[in-house]
This record gives sequence, C-alpha cells and structure tokens, in this order.
Amino acid sequence: MHKLLTDSPGQKMLLLGNEAIARGAIEAGVAFASTYPGTPSSEISLSLFQMSKESDLYFEYSTNEKVALEVAAAAANAGVRAMCMMKHVGLNVAADVLMTLAYLGCKGGMVILTADDPFMFSSQNEQDNRYYAKLSGLPLVEPSSVEEAKEMMPYAFDLSEKLGEPVLFRTTTRINHSNAVVRLGNLRERKCKGDFVKNPFAYVCVPAVSRKLHVRLLENMDSAREEAEKSPFNLQKGEGKWGIICNGVSYNYAADGVKDLGTEDKVRILRLGFSHPLPEKMIRDFLGNCEKVLIIEEGEPVLEEAVKAIAQEAGLMLPIRGKTPELFSRLYEFDPAMVRKGIATCFGIPYAAPAVPDLSDLPEIPQRPPTLCAGCSHRATYYAVKKAAEGKDTIYPSDIGCYTLGFLPPLSMADFVICMGASAGTACGFSKVTDKKVVAFIGDSTFFHSGIAGLINAVFNQHNFTLVILDNGTTAMTGHQPHPGVDMTKLNMEGYGRISIEAVVRAIGVEHVTVIRPFRVGKSIEAVKEALDFEGVSVIISQEICSLYAKSLKEHKGRPFRVNPGKCKNHRNCIDDLACPAFYLQNERVMIDPELCWGCAVCAQICPENAIVPVKK
Amino acid sequence: MDITRLIIVAVGGQGNLLASRVIGETALLSDVPVRMSEIHGMAQRGGVVESAIVFGDAESTIISDGEADLLVGFEPSETLRALNKCNGRTTVISNLSPLSPFTVTIGKAVYPKLSQIQELIRAKTGRLIAFDARELAEKAGNVMAVNMVLVGAMAQTGILPLTVENFKEAIRTKTKKAFADINLKAFDLGFAEAEKAG
Ligand code: SF4
Repeated sequence: MHKLLTDSPGQKMLLLGNEAIARGAIEAGVAFASTYPGTPSSEISLSLFQMSKESDLYFEYSTNEKVALEVAAAAANAGVRAMCMMKHVGLNVAADVLMTLAYLGCKGGMVILTADDPFMFSSQNEQDNRYYAKLSGLPLVEPSSVEEAKEMMPYAFDLSEKLGEPVLFRTTTRINHSNAVVRLGNLRERKCKGDFVKNPFAYVCVPAVSRKLHVRLLENMDSAREEAEKSPFNLQKGEGKWGIICNGVSYNYAADGVKDLGTEDKVRILRLGFSHPLPEKMIRDFLGNCEKVLIIEEGEPVLEEAVKAIAQEAGLMLPIRGKTPELFSRLYEFDPAMVRKGIATCFGIPYAAPAVPDLSDLPEIPQRPPTLCAGCSHRATYYAVKKAAEGKDTIYPSDIGCYTLGFLPPLSMADFVICMGASAGTACGFSKVTDKKVVAFIGDSTFFHSGIAGLINAVFNQHNFTLVILDNGTTAMTGHQPHPGVDMTKLNMEGYGRISIEAVVRAIGVEHVTVIRPFRVGKSIEAVKEALDFEGVSVIISQEICSLYAKSLKEHKGRPFRVNPGKCKNHRNCIDDLACPAFYLQNERVMIDPELCWGCAVCAQICPENAIVPVKK
Repeated sequence: MDITRLIIVAVGGQGNLLASRVIGETALLSDVPVRMSEIHGMAQRGGVVESAIVFGDAESTIISDGEADLLVGFEPSETLRALNKCNGRTTVISNLSPLSPFTVTIGKAVYPKLSQIQELIRAKTGRLIAFDARELAEKAGNVMAVNMVLVGAMAQTGILPLTVENFKEAIRTKTKKAFADINLKAFDLGFAEAEKAG
C-alpha cells in the first residue's frame, strides 16, 4: 500500500513537503486531481498518481495547466472535491480559466495549488503568485511549514465548500522540498461521483450572467474576510511594542531571528496563513499595539502595501518598514541570517553577523552545471542540425525542457527561451523580420502543452522556418511523467489513448514533414538539410527515447564504446562537438567511461579516424 | 533543545538524499525535532545536490552562510565550494575521492590539488576529517555505500544529537533490505575511520 494511504491517525512520518500536501489532500477526501507537471510541485502529483492506481481517487496528467484547471473545475462544479496543482508559471497558462472560475465558484471543495519558486531554482522567473489572489478575488492560504501544509489542506477544502469558490494554496520551493515529521490525521471518505444540475444563469458566463456573478464574488470576499479574521492560521505570538507581520517561510526565519536576538519579550509576530482577503480588523488591532512594524515577506511587497493602506485608513502613523535597500529585497529567497539582520537593523538591536571565513584565497573551483545525459537523443539532434546548418546564419528559438541545457557551449543550441511552447510562436516573428534561417526546438510534451498553437499560426500565416520536435517519449525534465504522445502500455497502464505527433503535424497542413532517428547521424543531417532548404514551414520529428527513461523502463540495449588508441589521432572532434559526459582524458588521450557510455554510437559516426569502436563482449 | 546545523553537499547520484533520509529517520526514532531541505539542481543530470538539516528547536529548514556546525562533503571540490557555510568552529568531514566535473575531464579546467583543498579547509574551519570514503565503501561491498560511510563518520563526531543505535536501526529499516548489511558495514567503517582521525 502507498505509505500516504496509511490509515493510522496519530502516527508520525517523515515526509517531503510535497508528500505532506498530497497526504493532506487525501485526509480532506479529495476525489479528483489534475495537473501539468512542473518543479517544485511535481512530487505532489506523482504521489497522487501513484495513489490513484490503488484507490478510487481519479488522477490525470492533463495536456497543460489550463486544461487541468478546466477539468478540475467541472468536477468540482459537479460536487466532487477536486484539486489542481501546478508550478507558479503554470498558473499564467491557467489564468484565463481562473479569472472567470472565480465568478462561477464551485460546489465541491476545490483547491488550486501554485508552487512558487523564489530564487528560480528551476524556473524562468520568480513571479509572486499571491497577486493572483488579488487579481481573481479568491481566498489564499499559504503554509509556513511542511506540517502546516498538511494541516491546511483539509481546512482549504472545507473553506472552499463553505464559501462556494476555489481556494488558492500557495507554497514556495522551501515548503515543497523540505522534509519534516508529520503526524497523520483521519482519512475522510472520498465521494467520487457527482452530479451537475443545470442552471444557465449561474453557470453560463455571458455578460448578463457575469454582471451578477461579479457582485456575488465581491460578497464572497466579504465572507472570506470574516473567515480570515477567525482563522486558526492567522496567529499571533509574543508581546511587545515592536511588531513583525509575515507569511510563509519568512515566518520561520522571523521566529528564529527574534529568539536568537533574545527579543522575545519585545517583539510580537502576526503570521498570516490566510492572507487574502486580509483580516483587516486583526491587522488594525495588531498595529494599534505597536510602535513600529516590520513586514517580512519574500517576493513582492504584497503585505506591505496592504498593511500600509490599512494603517492609513485607521489614521495610524507608526513607521511600517519592509522592502527598502537596507532591509529586504524583492529579489530571490530569504534566509535566517538575512532576516535576523533585518529585524536587528529595523529595531536597532545589537547584532553580530555570522563569521564567514575569508574565502578570497580559494582557487577557482570548476563549475558543475547539469548536462545532457550520456546517450541523450537531444545531443545527437543538435549535432545534426548544427552540421546541416553549417555556413548559414541561424537563430535558434528554443523551449522549456532538458534540451534547454543545450544552450551552453559547445552545443550552443538555444538563442531565445521565454516560456512553455514559445519556440514555435517566436520563430514566426524572427523569420518574418530577419533574413536569417530560423530553426526552433520543442520537446514532445511541450509541443502538446502549447506548441501546437504556434505551429498552426505558422502554417496559416505562411511563415518560413523549421520546427524540430524532440520526441523522446516522455516529459523528461520534471521526472518522466506521461503526456498525450506516450505509450502508456510501457508503464503497464491501460485505458489511455495515444496521439501521434506526426499525424497532428500533417493534419495542421505542414507540407514538409520528416521523421528522423537522431542516432543515425548521416541520414539525419541530410534530412535536416532538406528541411532547411524548404521554403515555408517544415517540421523534423526527431524520435529516440530519453536514455534516463529507457533505463528506468529497463529498455536499454546499447553496448558501450571505446577509443582504439592505435587509431585515435587526438583531433578531439568527439569531445569538442558532442561534450558527452562519458568522455574523459587520461594522459591527454580521449577515453570513454564504459559505465556511462550509452552505446548511441553518435561519436563513432563522427570520428574521422573511425577510432571509436564497440567494446567487445 | 540546542540547535545543531548540518549541511551535506554531493554530486547527483552519490546517494546524498538517502543519507539525509536516514538521518531524518534517526532523528524521528530519537524524538529529536528535525527539519531538512533539499536543493536537487537536476541531480540526475550531474548537478550539485545540497541538503540542510536542522536539529532542535528551530523553525527554519535552511542554513545561512557561516552557520553550519557540521559540513559533510561527498566530493572534495564540492566540500571546498561549500566552505561559505562554515565558520571557525565548524567540523568538516570530506570524502577524498574526486569526481571530476566534465570541464576538468576534457581538460578545459583544472581540479584543485587534494592537498591544497585539505589545507584550505583546515585553515578556515575548526577541524577536518578527510579520507577516501569510496575505498571504504568498496571494502564494505558496494561503491554506492559512500553515503553510509559518511553517515558513520558523522555519527562518530558526536556533533549530531543522535545515538549510534538509532542510526543503525534507521539504516536497517529504511534502506533497501538487500543492501542493509553492506550499509551497516559501511557505517561501521566510516565510524572507525573518523575515530582514527582522532
Ligand atoms: S533525462 Fe532524458 S532528455 Fe533529459 S538530459 Fe537525460 S536523456 Fe536527455
């Protein structure tokens, strides 16, 4: 049995934040869950996916976040408890649904989880999704710890049902990827079947209906504010004339900081776990007890601006500090010492910074950036495109996935990356206004996610570029989740369709479509050359399974290669052009690590001396 | 309860996350409050993995620069890179078996000398315990047991508020059955090696 289905209330378990969240949802009786994978949220959905295989919980990997939210919204409006989770930028994709779903509301409890990523450990930006609560008018809860993340989940579902609208649940990486000891609670029963009762004047968002629904949304916000005033997740701690108002993980650093500074009797803390709409009365009362207040929040000054507005309305003149050059930045994540220093600076408390040794005399330590795996098909495809485009002035718009790692030298195969699916769209613009050859790259999962629309645009508006679809049979970067093109039988799972990328591309009307096997180097280069010479939109579908995924499926058949020292003339084309991590130098000679070598044979095909040969069995 | 802060740095694939897990489970068995955070940095694609583990009455799950009581490096150059987490009293345990980054293996960057790495760490911290953990893991029966060798060394320092019995119990119950004996042997070898370091 999955450990998160354990039915023994009171038992203590060491859980990853994302596991704790999944457990919290199960304790809340969630019956329906959908997602598009994205770090740092991925282990929540992975846990739910696993549990769905051994219970009546319904779980799906949807095509993208917008679809995932639509799917869950319908389930919740049929009265079933539904959850939809995504990384912060995923909510941008789903925002169109979110904004009007806020008008519609829901019947069964619905929680929409956004996993924000301050410092961008694995994201393209560090947007603060608390603004989505403000923008949509929906309630927002945000835990400070792993334990609280679990406790908050049933609360959020109950709150959603009480208010009749979805609740936003915001985490940050340091919640998702922290571990702590969690005490299991009771499991509520899952109600998996619902019913939808027609009521067009409540559910069909034409202007006349929406005008009424917006009124209701505002009324709901008033009710939600009352809930926030009495929420157990808006808590106060300590006594004194100095006040700290904080949220999320900043609370941990603030609480530790106040203790370390020995100022527990001087500082009171208001921690807002239910932070939209804000409990205005509670905040007013808190300010009334303080002479000076410091707002500690990672990201944007959301609380700070709101608290200042509340103080202004109440005619309170006390200083309220937050994001200023000498205190806190809007950039990156906070840490305990930074917050301790901020508290000391704000309130004039003596403070000694931690003594970090002088490291100026350290030698340069070679960097260790993540690289494409040995045997990664992307490296082979990049090589083929590079060779085929030799002598041409190129622009390579790319997309989000493992293949983005190819932007580093020596591959240098990404020039412009914004967001999921943007390679096809941006290729349209580049090809129109420049005279360069535009070759865009997109992964299979990303193509389904939102690349298709860009390609349709290209065909309709008759743009001129080549789109290379890197089809490695999985969503590799986030941990090998399925997507609509995946063969689910390989995972021993039945009851799934399978969409052919080639059929989709042809149906869109692309005239020049070629499927290549990137490990066949010569043939691939020829095929790419033809595609580049084609006037109009051409598509290359490069098919080869992700090597890491193949390993997990035990599908790996290749034999390792070695360098024949008698033949090798040490040109090092292999290393310089491919940068495969299986290569190393020994006494200035090229060697191949047989443990790492995948046997893709790409280097063997490009070695001008034919010096790379299979290891004999 | 006093707060103890431990940082573990490793290269993806070295089993750092399992080591953290064992330490966390040991704390759970010992009823010691524990919080940990992990940054995976695309571990499976050769990036650096860092775990921060905080024992005792603290709310934070991360550790600021200069605040680690114990730094454990699974790879010598990574230990050096993490020195910003240390102060003059920090104890450092480092594996001395290097895993060269790709830029080094292809001759585009130089790996610092092991002797220089050790000198620098000694000069800037309280104490260094350094040995070839890979060799001990092989001796225990599996190179993959480097993580348990280093857990053994951590246990020996007595810096963490956890007992040897509980460590062993966690290894027995929380690592794969087939590897439990090798892991326990690796733990003992690491423990003995740290003892030798005096
Ligand atoms: S996980 Fe797969 S797609 Fe990603 S770098 Fe490795 S082989 Fe390539």
